[in-house]
Amino acid sequence: MSATPFPAGPIQGCAGRAVVVPGDDIDTDRIIPARYLKCVTFDGLAEGVFADDRSELAGDHPFDRAENQGAAILVVNRNFGCGSSREHAPQALMRWGLRAVIGESFAEIFFGNCLALGIPCLSADHDAVLALQAAIAAHPGAVLQLDLEPPRVTLEAGSEILEWPLALAAGPRRMLVSGEWNGTAQLVDHDTELRATASRLPYLNGFAAA
Amino acid sequence: MSAGTLYDKVWELHRVADLPGGATQLFIGLHLIHEVTSPQAFAALDDLGLTVRHPERTVATVDHIVPTTSQARPFADPLAEAMLATLEGNCARHGITLHGLGSGRQGIVHVIAPELGLTQPGMTVACGDSHTSTHGAFGAIAFGIGTSQVRDVLASQSLAMAKLKVRRIRVVGVLQSGVFAKDLVLHIIRRLGVKSGVGYAYEFAGPAIEALSMEERMTLCNMAIEGGARCGYVNPDAVTFAYLKGRPHAPSGDAWERAVAWWSSLASGPQASFDDEVVFDAATIAPTITWGITPGQAIGVDETVPTLDQTESDERPIAEEAYRYMDLRPGAPIEGLPVDVCFIGSCTNGRLSDLRAAAAVARGRHVAAGIKAFVVPGSEQVAAEAEAEGLDAVFRAAGFEWREPGCSMCLAMNPDRLEGRQISASSSNRNFKGRQGSATGRTLLMSPAMVAAAAVSGHVADVRRLVAAPSTPESASTRA
Repeated sequence: MSATPFPAGPIQGCAGRAVVVPGDDIDTDRIIPARYLKCVTFDGLAEGVFADDRSELAGDHPFDRAENQGAAILVVNRNFGCGSSREHAPQALMRWGLRAVIGESFAEIFFGNCLALGIPCLSADHDAVLALQAAIAAHPGAVLQLDLEPPRVTLEAGSEILEWPLALAAGPRRMLVSGEWNGTAQLVDHDTELRATASRLPYLNGFAAA
Repeated sequence: MSAGTLYDKVWELHRVADLPGGATQLFIGLHLIHEVTSPQAFAALDDLGLTVRHPERTVATVDHIVPTTSQARPFADPLAEAMLATLEGNCARHGITLHGLGSGRQGIVHVIAPELGLTQPGMTVACGDSHTSTHGAFGAIAFGIGTSQVRDVLASQSLAMAKLKVRRIRVVGVLQSGVFAKDLVLHIIRRLGVKSGVGYAYEFAGPAIEALSMEERMTLCNMAIEGGARCGYVNPDAVTFAYLKGRPHAPSGDAWERAVAWWSSLASGPQASFDDEVVFDAATIAPTITWGITPGQAIGVDETVPTLDQTESDERPIAEEAYRYMDLRPGAPIEGLPVDVCFIGSCTNGRLSDLRAAAAVARGRHVAAGIKAFVVPGSEQVAAEAEAEGLDAVFRAAGFEWREPGCSMCLAMNPDRLEGRQISASSSNRNFKGRQGSATGRTLLMSPAMVAAAAVSGHVADVRRLVAAPSTPESASTRA
């Protein structure tokens, strides 16, 4: 499935073909149905991505169409990734080959889970996303260039270059660009501060008067 | 920007450091884990050569994959068995308490932590499960996290988080008889939508909220996430303290009085300011039920499926998708819609008061012909208490199956699932396409009492009529 390595280090953006999955409120149960969560590693998740939606559409789901194989950028609409906190959802998308998501809006836990994997979720307003989706449909196989600084996506359509500004909050953007999106070490390093915080919390100290 | 709210105070108390990326490192007071979202986190910890920083602040149970018929080991499903064995191994290796099957304390993670007194006001609570918002009922800041974040909490007892805005949802008035916290939260999500909570913590306040029991407050906060809000909470008060007193992990002796004083000081004060506020009147809310494929697609049981004309323009595409998937006609009444399966349980509505409300409807009646109905207590403790007061016998006499505790058919990671196009009346929290284990299965969310009403009627029914009408053996036999 995924030919490119998983995200690592500083992330400035990515380039690749796009796959559009239209519709609002696409929940993580649809992205990866619960039966695929019966596992103790994330390794095999690519095969379950959108499994039920794909069987319903019998080969006509965007993830099954020939022109979308190898796509790196997912383009969606509003509230993508709502519902369950399962990281299996972005893990499945990543293992299928995706490296960035563009949409009108994202559910919060999904956004954070993507960030923890080095997958930026960038947003644009309704009209811009519809225009981008239309441009992708009009130029099948076109390669998109996605940048984080500044956040934008460009599409080469023949002699013309189409460009849309995107939004990504400063915090996540800095984390991705600096390579500090996988911040376990940083949290562990603050052990002195952690102890100080714990020492001030009444419920960790017998509710002793301050 | 909010100020002086419980959310602001608890956030400030748990702040460890400001991170270079702009996020805050937040101390996590209580970390709950289960078998589905933790194995990869432990593996990542091993890969990084790290250990669990505060094993005594993490508590485990098993809930998603356990069968609810026979819980004998090994499970019939080898994948389920492997997941539980992995959790057992990880907990043993890292010195983490696991409330396993048969311990008397096993159950759905969001049921057991409150009943053990682990969840307390003023804590930050995290768990690899979106319904962690449940614990906000105690005045905790509680939120679901992904597996990478589970790894971070294991490694550092903290998380990198961005602060949320706070929306106060004030509910005035009194809920009608037959209308429960489930109806209230479905009504709130119906009105505010499934997206508007993104970026917010929901503070539930006002006289109707203060009148709710702790179990009802848990139902309410449980579904904050279905409105897009990662956490929802209720300010701690006398109801909270009465619930906590005497629980195994609650403070006792002199510490109890000091704890109550501290907990009380955390509540949002009269000077608190909020980023947004909305007001609802509880008295206007009918038993509420979902008709579509998002929890926001809900109507009163006495209403009809909304037409496109009655739907906001940007919600029309998903309404059309819902008509097709649910095979429902716009304008059709929801009452009288036949159901196939009736499920009472889940982290939303699997507590003792939920079972009591459902049993009150089932008592003296019988499940209608052709309906599969079952009750899954939220925990071993709930099961024991329900059995002690004879609720299991009430359900069995009425034709319901009485099962072992677990997540069951809420998400179908175990043998309990819909088949084909079956329609379920379900006391759970999500009516997403395929959620209950069949790619074409259909879910109607409602309160446990409404599920019981559907079970004995064979179709969606207004529980207000059943609780008003005394049940008799005659009426039971005509139904069966």
